[in-house]
Amino acid sequence: MAGAKNHDYHILPPDIWPLIGGVSAFTLTTGFVMYMHEMTGHWLVFGLGIAMLIATFYGWFSKVVAEAQAGDHTPVVQLHLRYGMILFIASEVMFFAGWFWAWFDFALFPNELTEVVGGVFPPAAIEAVMDPFALPLLNTLILLCSGTTLTYAHHSLIHGDRDGLKKGLWMTVALGVLFTCIQAYEYMHAPFDFGGNTYSSAFYMATGFHGFHVLVGTIMLIVCLRRAYLGHFTPRQHFGFEAAAWYWHFVDVVWLFLFIVVYVWGGWGAEFH
Amino acid sequence: MATTADTFQAHTDEHHHDADHKPSFFARWFMSTNHKDIGTLYIIFSIFAGIVGGAISGLMRAELAEPGVQLMGQVTAWLNGGSMDFDQQLHTWNVLITAHGVIMVFFVVMPATMGGFANWFVPLMIGAPDMAFPRMNNIAFWMLMAAFGSLLLSFFFPGGIGQGAGTGWTIYAPLSTSGSVGPAVDFAIFAIHLSGASSIMSSINFITTIFNMRAPGMTLHKMPLFAWSVLVTAFLLLLALPVLAAAITMLLTDRNFGTTFFDASGGGDPVLYQHLFWFFGHPEVYIMILPGFGIISQIVATFSRKPVFGYLGMAYAMVAIGVVGFIVWAHHMFTVGMDVNTKMYFTAATMVIAVPTGIKIFSWIATMWGGSLEFKSPLVWALGFIFLFTVGGVTGVVLANGGIDDNLHDTYYVVAHFHYVLSLGAVFTLFAGFFYWFPKMSGRMHSELLAHIQFWVFFIGVNIIFFPQHFLGMNGMPRRYPDYTPAFQYWNEISSWGVPIMAASLVIFFINMAYAFTAGKKAPANYWGDGATTLEWSLSSPPPYHQFETLPVIEDHHSHHDAIGPTPAKA
Repeated sequence: MAGAKNHDYHILPPDIWPLIGGVSAFTLTTGFVMYMHEMTGHWLVFGLGIAMLIATFYGWFSKVVAEAQAGDHTPVVQLHLRYGMILFIASEVMFFAGWFWAWFDFALFPNELTEVVGGVFPPAAIEAVMDPFALPLLNTLILLCSGTTLTYAHHSLIHGDRDGLKKGLWMTVALGVLFTCIQAYEYMHAPFDFGGNTYSSAFYMATGFHGFHVLVGTIMLIVCLRRAYLGHFTPRQHFGFEAAAWYWHFVDVVWLFLFIVVYVWGGWGAEFH
Repeated sequence: MATTADTFQAHTDEHHHDADHKPSFFARWFMSTNHKDIGTLYIIFSIFAGIVGGAISGLMRAELAEPGVQLMGQVTAWLNGGSMDFDQQLHTWNVLITAHGVIMVFFVVMPATMGGFANWFVPLMIGAPDMAFPRMNNIAFWMLMAAFGSLLLSFFFPGGIGQGAGTGWTIYAPLSTSGSVGPAVDFAIFAIHLSGASSIMSSINFITTIFNMRAPGMTLHKMPLFAWSVLVTAFLLLLALPVLAAAITMLLTDRNFGTTFFDASGGGDPVLYQHLFWFFGHPEVYIMILPGFGIISQIVATFSRKPVFGYLGMAYAMVAIGVVGFIVWAHHMFTVGMDVNTKMYFTAATMVIAVPTGIKIFSWIATMWGGSLEFKSPLVWALGFIFLFTVGGVTGVVLANGGIDDNLHDTYYVVAHFHYVLSLGAVFTLFAGFFYWFPKMSGRMHSELLAHIQFWVFFIGVNIIFFPQHFLGMNGMPRRYPDYTPAFQYWNEISSWGVPIMAASLVIFFINMAYAFTAGKKAPANYWGDGATTLEWSLSSPPPYHQFETLPVIEDHHSHHDAIGPTPAKA
C-alpha cells in the first residue's frame, strides 16, 4: 500500500477474507440454530456456513503462507506470530478451565437430592465407567509418542534434514489419527450414553472438545506436512511448523489432565466396563 | 519522551504524501486493514447500537413512569404478530431488559472503548504504524456484526412465552434452558459466542501490538496510561471470555442435546452457571471501565498541563484491579445460599479493589492539584466521570458487604449502583474521549459550547434518572419487573422524567456533530496545546493514512521521572 516504509512491520493491503469470515460465522451459527430446532433448510445453511468457513481458512492462510514465502515475515513479524499463538493457546487453556470447573463441581459436590446422582460420583445412574488403564492409557501413550515424533520432526528440520521432517510429521499425523479413531471407538462402546446426568454430560463435553482440538491440531500438522513437501520451511524460519507443534503439545497436556482427572480420579471406585 | 510531539513533526511530514494513498470506497471500508478506519467503523457502529440500546431503555422508563403495565401491549403486538396476551407482555419486558443489557455491554461500551478508541489510538500513542495483525483486526469487527445480526434475529423467533430472548443479559439457567424453549435464546447465545470470538481476537492483537510494536525508546514504563489500560483490559478479555464461552456452550447443550450441567433432575447445578458466568462477568465490568480510566488519565494530564501524578502507581493500580478482579466474582451471587465463610472471603476480596481504585481517583485529583486547569469539554466530562464514578464506587463498597447485600440484592439499589459506574462512569469516559479525540479523528473541530451544554444537560438527565433509584432500592423495589406497587410511584416518576432530558442532550450531541462536519474549523495537529504530549499529537489531524513510516524515537530525558507530560522548560 504504502510508499516509503522504513520499518520492518508488515503493512497489509485491503483484504476480502475478514468480511467473508464474518459472514460465514453468522451463516454457520444461524444454520446451527436452525439445525437444533429442525427448521427447513438447516443443512443447506449450516453446510454453506461450513463451506465458507473452510474457504476463509484456506484463502486466509494461503495468503499468510505466500507472504511468509515472499519474505514479509521479518523477525519482528515472526515475533508477532509467536505472541499471537501463545495468547491464543492461553485463551484455549481458559476454555478448558470452564469444562474442568464443571467436572470438579460435579465430582466434589455430587447432588444428594437427585436420584440419578444420589450423592455419589460417578452418579448412581452410571453403572460402569471405562477402565482408565485400558484404551485411555493407550491413548495417553499414543499422544505422548506423538509429542516425541513431532520433536523428532522439529530437530530434523533444524538440522536441515527434510526427509526426517517428513517422516516425523507422517508419524505424528498417523498417531493423531489413531488417537481420534480410538476415541471414536471408545465413545461407541462406552457403558454410558451422552447426557442425562452430570458425569456423562461433563465427560463427553470435556473429552469431546479435546477430541475436536486433536482434529484441528491434526489438520494443522497435515498443512505442515504439505508445506514440507513444497519445500517451505527453512532451519531458520519455520514458525508455521512451530505454531502447529505448540498447539499439538497443548492438546497433549490437556489430555494428560483429562486422563488423570476425568478417567482415573473421576471414575475412582466405580465398576469398570 | 515528552518532547516527541515536537521532534517528530518533521519526520512525519516528509512521508506524508507517500503515505496518503487511500483505497477505493469498498476496499477501504469493507476490506480494511487499517487500524484507524477499523476504529472508525467501530465508533460508528457503537453510536448506532447506543441509539438502539438507549431507545429500549427509554421505552422501559416510560413503562415504569407509573404503576401498572401500559406500553408492553403494543410492543408485544408488534413482536408477536398482533397477540397481546398478558404473559407475553411480561415476556416482552424481559426481552427488553435483556436486549438493553446485551446491547449496551457488548455492542456499545466494548466496541467504543476497545474497538474504537483503542484501535485508533494505541498504535498512535506507542508510535506504531498499525496493529500487529491488521487482517485479524478487521475480522474482529465483522464477527461483531455477525453477533449483532444474531441478536437481532433472536427478537423474531419464539423464546418461551413470546417472541425474543427474555433471559436477562446474564442468561441464568434454568430460565435460559428449560424456561425458554425456542430458537431465540440460541440465537442470543450465539451472538455472545461471536462477540466473544471477536473480543478474543482483538485482545490478542492489542497485547501483541503493545508488547512488540512500541517505538524505539518507549519502554513499558514510559507508555501512556491509555495504552496501559488497554493492555490490562486485553488480558482480562483474553482470560475471562473463554470461560463464558464454555458456560454458554453448556447452556446450548443443556437446551438442545440433553446434557444436565445446570439441570437438577440430572444432578446438575444452576449455581454452577452463575459461578462460570460471573467468573467472566466480574472481569467484564472492569473491561468496560479500565479503558475509560486510561482515557481520563490522558485528559486530566492534558488539561492540567502536568504529568499524571504517580504514573507508575496509576499503571500498576490498573494491573492490580485486573488481577484482583478475577477473584471476587461471587459477590454477584451472595444470595444463592453460599456459606458464611465464602461470603466473608468474597466481601473482603471485593473491598480490596477499592484500594487501587482509590489510588486512581486520588491521583487524578492530585494531578489537577496546582495544575493550570483549562476547562475544555473533555476535562469537564472527565470531572463529571470522577465525581459520578466515585458515587458508584461508594455504593459498590456498600454492596460488597455480603450481609447488606442480602437486603439490597436484586433491588433498584443495585441498578442505581451499576448505572452510576457504567452510564455515568463508562459512558462519561466515552464522551470525554470522544471530544478529546474527535478533531484528531475527523480533522474538524466540534463546538466546545455545544459540548459543554450537552455535558450539563446529560449530567442533569442521568442523575435524575438514576439517583432516585437508590431510594427505590433501599425501599425494596425489585429489579426486572414492569410493574410495582403505587408506594414506589413518586421516585419512579421522577426517574422517568430524566429520560427526555438525557435524550435532549443526545440531540445536542448530534447537532454538534452536524456542525463539526459542515462548518467545523479544520483541526490543527495539536489543538489542545502544551498539555497534550503523547505521540498522536505529533501527527496531522486526521493523521496520514499510514503514519510513522519512519518510526519515532523516544528520547530518554533523565530529568523527568514521569512518563507522560509536557516539557516544563518549553516556552
